[in-house]
Amino acid sequence: MEILLAITTGILYAAGIYMMLRRSMVKLILGLILLGNGVNLLIFLLGRITKGKPPIIPEETKVFEDLFADPVPQALILTAIVISFGLQSFAIILVKRAYKVLKTDDLDQLNTTDEDS
Amino acid sequence: MKTIILRTASDFLLPVLLLFSVFILLRGHYLPGGGFIGGLVASIAFVLDAFANGLENTKKLLKIHPGFLMPFGLVISAVAAISPIIFTGQPIMTGLWANDPIPVIGSIGSALFFDTGVYLIVIGASLTIIFTISESA
Amino acid sequence: MNEQIIILPLLLHLVFSISLMFFWTNIKAQKVLSITGSFLAMCASIWVFIYVWDNGIQTFQAGNWEAPFGITFVGDTLASILVLLTGITGFAVSIFAAVSVIKARLRFGFYSVFHFLLMGLNGAFLTGDMFNLYVWFEIIIISSFVLISLGGEKNQLEGAVKYFTLNFLASMIFLTGLGVLYGLTGTLNMADLSQKIPLVNNQALVDVTAFLFLVGFGIKSAVFPLYFWLPASYHTPPSAVSAIFSGLLTKVGVYALIRVFTLIFVNDSFIEIMLQSLAILTIFSGGIGAIIQKNIRKVFSYLIICHIGFMIGGLGLFTEVAMAGAIFYLIHDIVVKTNLFLVSGLIYRLKSTTSLDRLGGIYKSYPKLSLLMAIPLFSLVGIPPLSGFWPKLSLLLAGFNEGNYWYFGAVIFGSLLTLIAIAHVWAKAFWEDGKEIKKSKKFIEFNQLRKYQKMQYVAPIVFLAIVSLYIGFGAEHIQQVSLRIANEVFDKQAYFDAVFK
Repeated sequence: MEILLAITTGILYAAGIYMMLRRSMVKLILGLILLGNGVNLLIFLLGRITKGKPPIIPEETKVFEDLFADPVPQALILTAIVISFGLQSFAIILVKRAYKVLKTDDLDQLNTTDEDS
Repeated sequence: MKTIILRTASDFLLPVLLLFSVFILLRGHYLPGGGFIGGLVASIAFVLDAFANGLENTKKLLKIHPGFLMPFGLVISAVAAISPIIFTGQPIMTGLWANDPIPVIGSIGSALFFDTGVYLIVIGASLTIIFTISESA
Repeated sequence: MNEQIIILPLLLHLVFSISLMFFWTNIKAQKVLSITGSFLAMCASIWVFIYVWDNGIQTFQAGNWEAPFGITFVGDTLASILVLLTGITGFAVSIFAAVSVIKARLRFGFYSVFHFLLMGLNGAFLTGDMFNLYVWFEIIIISSFVLISLGGEKNQLEGAVKYFTLNFLASMIFLTGLGVLYGLTGTLNMADLSQKIPLVNNQALVDVTAFLFLVGFGIKSAVFPLYFWLPASYHTPPSAVSAIFSGLLTKVGVYALIRVFTLIFVNDSFIEIMLQSLAILTIFSGGIGAIIQKNIRKVFSYLIICHIGFMIGGLGLFTEVAMAGAIFYLIHDIVVKTNLFLVSGLIYRLKSTTSLDRLGGIYKSYPKLSLLMAIPLFSLVGIPPLSGFWPKLSLLLAGFNEGNYWYFGAVIFGSLLTLIAIAHVWAKAFWEDGKEIKKSKKFIEFNQLRKYQKMQYVAPIVFLAIVSLYIGFGAEHIQQVSLRIANEVFDKQAYFDAVFK
């Protein structure tokens, strides 16, 4: 399972970076999304995968009795997902506005900021 | 996508999904659930309605612009977060709990109010985003 | 009251950000509220600084969870002085924004997002948890994305796309580093990490993680190979926005680098060499970029990069003198860079352009204002009694004592390039006779403004100029502060003891 996840993570990173290096703005966003998912999987993988119960101690007992899963990576991933949800939706709106104003999807055409004004 | 099946189904689904989102909101803290997920379910309910009946009708149904939910949600969350400093002098975001559980809702604590704030913020934010994207399509 | 007052400025910004949302359409009320809010936050941050200065490192655990499990907030002297500087620059910029930012932008919640940004900055300085640092970083960049794209002009959107992409990439690299760090140690509390990292068996992986953090924070603070987003985007938004960006956003990256490489990844010779060489390259590329630009704001943007190199190099030397110099430079740079962009906003209001080819004759028509604007310009160069001189002296001394002549030479070369760039700006814009500039009819001349509006333009610049004059003439005090910070930063044990009381 670890090997499979590691390979998936690698593919997601590679695909994300590759998409970001393309010239299209839409592919840029796709790349960002893939990269974000790759990072989340990486955290999940490095948090040690266990088939455990949620780490909540029942009321009758004082200590854990079963194997439990580490809750921290999951909390981290949840936070990261929420944040990237916000960032990505902002990116989509931004790119859409940029496309409307600039009338191009080609990132190589974005050079008005380099001209002196 | 204005088929009669979807329209009829969404009329039934909207209240059910909203009720389910409240259930998920209240279920949180010790079981899977909570404000964020509940808020997403609620906003999905409205998005489904917008699919079936059109964006304009959903906006009429909502009456207010969803963006206005955000400040209210933020106020509730912020007050819930700051309340331990004011009431007990404990650090920020410490959970304060009422002694006796209330039927249906369960134990009341500052965490519930925090989650309710998050619920409102998530509905407001995600609906604002989705409406903005689909409006200028 | 107790140690919790360290987050008072943060809470004030939060409260004002929320209450500004309720005045979405009432711009006048927003202006008044925002200026009051940032004034209160400034007072609170002064209080925080005095409290920390008198009582040492303050910590508390959010949610009352014990240290390695919950989120710790740590207010040491470094954090509290940065909170103080955030308060000062935030106050100045919020006054300046009230008059210089057009109504269309204010109506889309400019002020609310602005306070949210300041809250994020305060949080990033005060947190003692790596993941929490990531969250504050995201709060900062998401509000800065909104601020940079508000208004939706052509070059603004273009700059925003570039700014967004590279900052997002940096966050992802930072998050990757976090994931590996958690996998290695099982903790994300900075104090806990400082003890656990030396015990990790696989030190090669620790080096890789350190490098991931270096790249992530390096992009955010515009260090050599990946700084291109900065000059492409910082001149596009309104001056008030660029002022707060240039003063504080890149410095958060520098702060994070200082924190991470003095507390968590220490004694790593590879990182030291890397930091020093990056610093030298950053100084060169930023300085050379600055002297060939023809737009004032772009000159200043490149100077930001150049001076980031000074601080990174000071950090890379890893001695107390160098660290004190870097911290002193950080303090000076935040105030002066913010002021410079406010000055560029004022120049735009005077002449309706910021292009050096078309500017000219400001000294002739506005002699008093020119003298005022000269203060930040020459503070940046470091003419002796002004603020830029003293930290450079410490940095040069440290470079010389360490035998690092490359860095020594780079600092001198960087200062020289800064001098050339600023002299160029001064000669072209202030002394040379200007041509008549065609102004669009909608443009409101500075002289046509009402008296209180003129005050709002000039007062923040005066305020920040006074602060930078104090840094220059009261250098003894600032040096004392920087030395204490340098001491504290290298004393890992004290930090650990403060968190695990």
